[in-house]
Amino acid sequence: MSSIVIEDGLFLIVLVALSFPLGHYIYKVMTGQTVFLSRVIVPVERSIYKLMGMNDEDEMSPRKYAFSVVIFSFIGLIFVFGIQMFQSSLPFNPENFQAPSWDLAFNTAASFVTNTNWQAYSGELSLSYFTQAVGLGVQNFLTAATGIAVLFALTRGFIATKKTTIGSFWKDLIRTTLYVLIPLSLILAIILVSQGVVQTLAPYKEIVTLQGGSAQTVPLGPAASQIAIKQLGTNGGGFFGLNSAFPLENPTALSNFLQLLSILLIPAALCISFGKAVKDSKQGRSIYAAMLILFVVALAVLTYSEQYLAPVFQGVMASGNMEGKEIIHGVGTSALWGAATTAASNGSVNAMLDSFTPLGGMILMFLMQLGEVVFGGVGSGLYGMIAFVILTVFIAGLMVGRTPEYLGKKIEAFDMKMVCLIVLVPPLLTLFGTATAVLMPQASTWLTNSGAHGFSELLYAFTSMGANNGSAFGGFTANTIFTNVIGGIMMLFVRFIPLVAVVFLAGNLSNKKIVAASDGTLSTSNALFVGLLIVIVLLIGALSFLPALALGPIADFFTTIK
Amino acid sequence: MKDKDLNKNIFKDAIRQSFAKLTPRIQIKNPVMLVVYIGAIFTTILFFISFAGIKDENSGYTLAIALILWFTVLFANFAEAIAEGRGRAQADSLRSARKDVKAKKLKSASNFEDYTEVLSNLLKKGDIVYVKSGEQIPMDGDVIDGAASVDESAITGESAPVIRESGGDRSAVTGGTTLLSDWLVVQVTAEAGESFLDKMIAMVEGASRKKTPNEIALQILLVTLTIIFLVVTATLLPFSNFVSSQVGQGSAISITNVIALLVCLAPTTIGALLSSIGIAGMSRLNQANVLAMSGRAIEAAGDVDVLLLDKTGTITLGNRQASVFIPVNGVTEKDLADAAQLSSLADETAEGRSIVVLAKERFGIRGRDLTKLGATFVEFTAKTRMSGIDYQGNEIRKGAAEAVKNFVLDKGGDYPEECNQIVKQVASDGGTPLVVVKNNIILGVIYLKDIVKNGVKERFEDLRKMGIKTIMITGDNPMTAAAIAAEAGVDDFLAEATPEAKLILIRDYQSKGHLVAMTGDGTNDAPALAQADVAVAMNTGTQAAKEAGNMVDLDSSPTKLIDIVRIGKQLLMTRGALTTFSVANDVAKYFAIIPVLFFGIYPQLMALNFMGLTSTKSAILSAIIYNALIIIALIPLALKGVKYHEMPAGKLLKRNMLIYGLGGIVAPFVAIKLIDVLLTVSGLV
Repeated sequence: MSSIVIEDGLFLIVLVALSFPLGHYIYKVMTGQTVFLSRVIVPVERSIYKLMGMNDEDEMSPRKYAFSVVIFSFIGLIFVFGIQMFQSSLPFNPENFQAPSWDLAFNTAASFVTNTNWQAYSGELSLSYFTQAVGLGVQNFLTAATGIAVLFALTRGFIATKKTTIGSFWKDLIRTTLYVLIPLSLILAIILVSQGVVQTLAPYKEIVTLQGGSAQTVPLGPAASQIAIKQLGTNGGGFFGLNSAFPLENPTALSNFLQLLSILLIPAALCISFGKAVKDSKQGRSIYAAMLILFVVALAVLTYSEQYLAPVFQGVMASGNMEGKEIIHGVGTSALWGAATTAASNGSVNAMLDSFTPLGGMILMFLMQLGEVVFGGVGSGLYGMIAFVILTVFIAGLMVGRTPEYLGKKIEAFDMKMVCLIVLVPPLLTLFGTATAVLMPQASTWLTNSGAHGFSELLYAFTSMGANNGSAFGGFTANTIFTNVIGGIMMLFVRFIPLVAVVFLAGNLSNKKIVAASDGTLSTSNALFVGLLIVIVLLIGALSFLPALALGPIADFFTTIK
Repeated sequence: MKDKDLNKNIFKDAIRQSFAKLTPRIQIKNPVMLVVYIGAIFTTILFFISFAGIKDENSGYTLAIALILWFTVLFANFAEAIAEGRGRAQADSLRSARKDVKAKKLKSASNFEDYTEVLSNLLKKGDIVYVKSGEQIPMDGDVIDGAASVDESAITGESAPVIRESGGDRSAVTGGTTLLSDWLVVQVTAEAGESFLDKMIAMVEGASRKKTPNEIALQILLVTLTIIFLVVTATLLPFSNFVSSQVGQGSAISITNVIALLVCLAPTTIGALLSSIGIAGMSRLNQANVLAMSGRAIEAAGDVDVLLLDKTGTITLGNRQASVFIPVNGVTEKDLADAAQLSSLADETAEGRSIVVLAKERFGIRGRDLTKLGATFVEFTAKTRMSGIDYQGNEIRKGAAEAVKNFVLDKGGDYPEECNQIVKQVASDGGTPLVVVKNNIILGVIYLKDIVKNGVKERFEDLRKMGIKTIMITGDNPMTAAAIAAEAGVDDFLAEATPEAKLILIRDYQSKGHLVAMTGDGTNDAPALAQADVAVAMNTGTQAAKEAGNMVDLDSSPTKLIDIVRIGKQLLMTRGALTTFSVANDVAKYFAIIPVLFFGIYPQLMALNFMGLTSTKSAILSAIIYNALIIIALIPLALKGVKYHEMPAGKLLKRNMLIYGLGGIVAPFVAIKLIDVLLTVSGLV
């Protein structure tokens, strides 16, 4: 156990230590300041603007901003769908993969343009290198950049007074990609290659195993480049079907640690950037603190459950719940990975989550059901959390006898409408999706288990899609027309309804004047508020999902204990 | 006794209204309660079709649920009706003042004989009417000729008559008030239906009560929560059905239970009380004799963080008092006192009288017969800025230093530097110096002291704790103002205030993001009143001031502003507290219901039933009975508002969180358990 605590502690310390300088760097990128990479990147940036025929100073109205995001993503959707359908006639397809079914292609396209990376396919068995790199890899960058761009727009809404524009989406997108995502991915990819992650365009290799005789096909591909952004951009879609449990995707302890770190790094750093941008670092830190506390508590319960609450078999020494876990990772690392990937909307796996203890599985599910706001997706996690902050401010603000305000902006009816859309859509769609699934007559045939655990498998799948996470529990047959289509639609709605709401919220906030703070103003950066924020996040999550969880993991827990 | 009768009537009326409000037309306005309403209809139908053999629970249970839901709706209606009741009673008494009278409409303002009789409700804006003693003023207007005492008790409740006269700041008259003496020529400024009295009736009755911005925002949150719970409970049907078939035991939960669960979880407590809180807030304001032109203004009052307070009447007692005689070199204090007393004997102002009193206290100088002295009193005018007395060839004057200096220099006298020093000293001490001169010799200075009201300093301290800045507005010079400001403990002051300076000050604060409240009465206050976020016009003030403000203070009390802020804050706090309470309740309700709800499917879940509730039915019944009763229990709180304390936001939040957040979690645990025990003991379940 102590080794687990040491690893978790080390992870948190390094994460926090790195998030501050990176947050400062991203803040400078967001506000258009010069950074040390400017010398190299500015010429590239300029020529892209020139190519697009846009002016550096152009700003967008919220309507235009939202429209740009949606249309840009829609083109991405068509593009990824098209590449898959025509991959057999496109280059870099050494294994001669044919087009997947239309519903699977749609599901995959929807999944990758929404930063979900739910995978109903298995990479090495169905997608060409071209599809992986140009179709999915590019979306890994663009969806991450889109999330951060929208967060920038929201941040500007808080800073501005009486303004009708919120910045330019194209500029935000391009700057985020050039200054943040590409440099970080480059560094991570190179280190991953050094650890043994493959990066090649060569065809799969036939080898003879050491066990002798039997031949085995080793899948290869340009994996490292894609894995770097998969973790950094909270995408999570593995190059290979087994994701980070596969040795060529995650070969060593160091690669594992770095991938873990990359999962939470940008979402954590963005809190710092936000605080700096609104000229009150404490605000960013208090949101960060709320996220960290929620994360650490979830991690602690999860780890405890995996370590001590596993069924004990007669004659077997108790060693934590090792079922479905890689020996090289063990219980602690697998639990940490599970918590990090479901807290952030990453969804990559390095263990079989279906084999987690009932409570452990519930923690994973619940982290997603909180609306992906405990770090969450890059950009999207923080803007989701800011929606919860506004919700908290609204309730708490009333109790001090003032019209609620956050960062000097009064929270009025329109803002509440947008906030409610942001908060409401994910749980609603998750519950809807799960309900339609259980109504399907063949639902029980999709599940490996029956009873409470079977329901958990199903609930987990739709939670993952309904939270734009993409994490796979396992034990659920994902590649069916029903799940592909319903899931695809869910992922699109869950991504874009809140996103558009955030943009309009930004526009509305931008247009307001800033109210002066006084002793009568509710502080949003002290311990009391952090506590309240945590309570509200947990409350909304619990109120939405407790009954469903009672039928799944909670019942599972009580039926398995003796 | 009368009050008791009134309350009894309000109560009876509210019960009647609770049933009248059951029409869908009214229910649709409150989305949260609409869900309960539909749930009640649905379970009632389920009850009736159970006789046809279509049953999802036993009929008695369904009936019980249906009844409790109907009562929940009735309780919510009752809460609203009782809040409206007081207003309705007040409106009735106002209506009796607004009877149509015959008005004497003049052709021209100069000829009082040439009139036609017109019904007051037919008067148009700009019409000129003549009103004489004993008659009712037919419509709001401005006095353009005459002066009269008017009984305005119909609107203010204050029985002492007030003077209304043409010109100046006391020219506004209100329709429905009665002339007690003399006559007035009034130019009508409002038409029937939009008069002050009409507005007042509409306001107190709540007829024109639109939902305020904050109320709308809160409503959105409540609707969102309701939608979530609607989906949470509705999806439980397929979920439980699926799981029970998987497990092979138990069955899907019944529609009756789904509806009951939904009603339990939906924020019905705040949903039911939301509109009563708003109405009660308005009503509290009315009881403070303040009339808000819109509910928006009360909310804004809660947000105000800068108060512009008139010095006189709010911070200091209305009148300055003489406190010291300071003679210049060579003059005895008694001589100064003597001259000062003489010059003030005929001076009816409060300052003048206080000089006479001080002279008597200090030197026993008695009143003298002015006619015997052959004295003539010289009155104060704005031009001379001095008053005094001429007798036996002597001229005594007292007045502002500048005026007296000119006077004495004109006479060929000397204005000693010493006097200059004294004047400065007095001013910097916060007093008003009055220089006394006899012929061409300066005798000394009378120190007029502004008396700061008892307790204001503490009051401002409290306000400061809440983050509210107080700014004193005064016509005094900066030095005097600074001294009083320091004594009273205000945060800032505006000296030598002119209407323009006030307007600039307000704009300045607003541009820095503050919300400013002020009171005003004169026409020249109108621009500042229009600019302020919360503007309270005195009822004694002019029509222009009343129109520029968004509230009217019927008592015309300068301290009212502080009460208004309190009422505004209390309104918002009550909403927040009950929302928190309502949502916190859900935690306990979940703990009560979920373990027993799926008992059939997973008997093991009973391990979570640490409340030890008897059965699924008893748990659900207890929860919805609690849910209904808590509405009734909280009506007094909704009407009175939560307790208000002047403290910083952080402390206030901690306090209210503890009471309504933590209390909201604990209370239902206890109450639900209790109801469950009662139901079990009485054998009902």
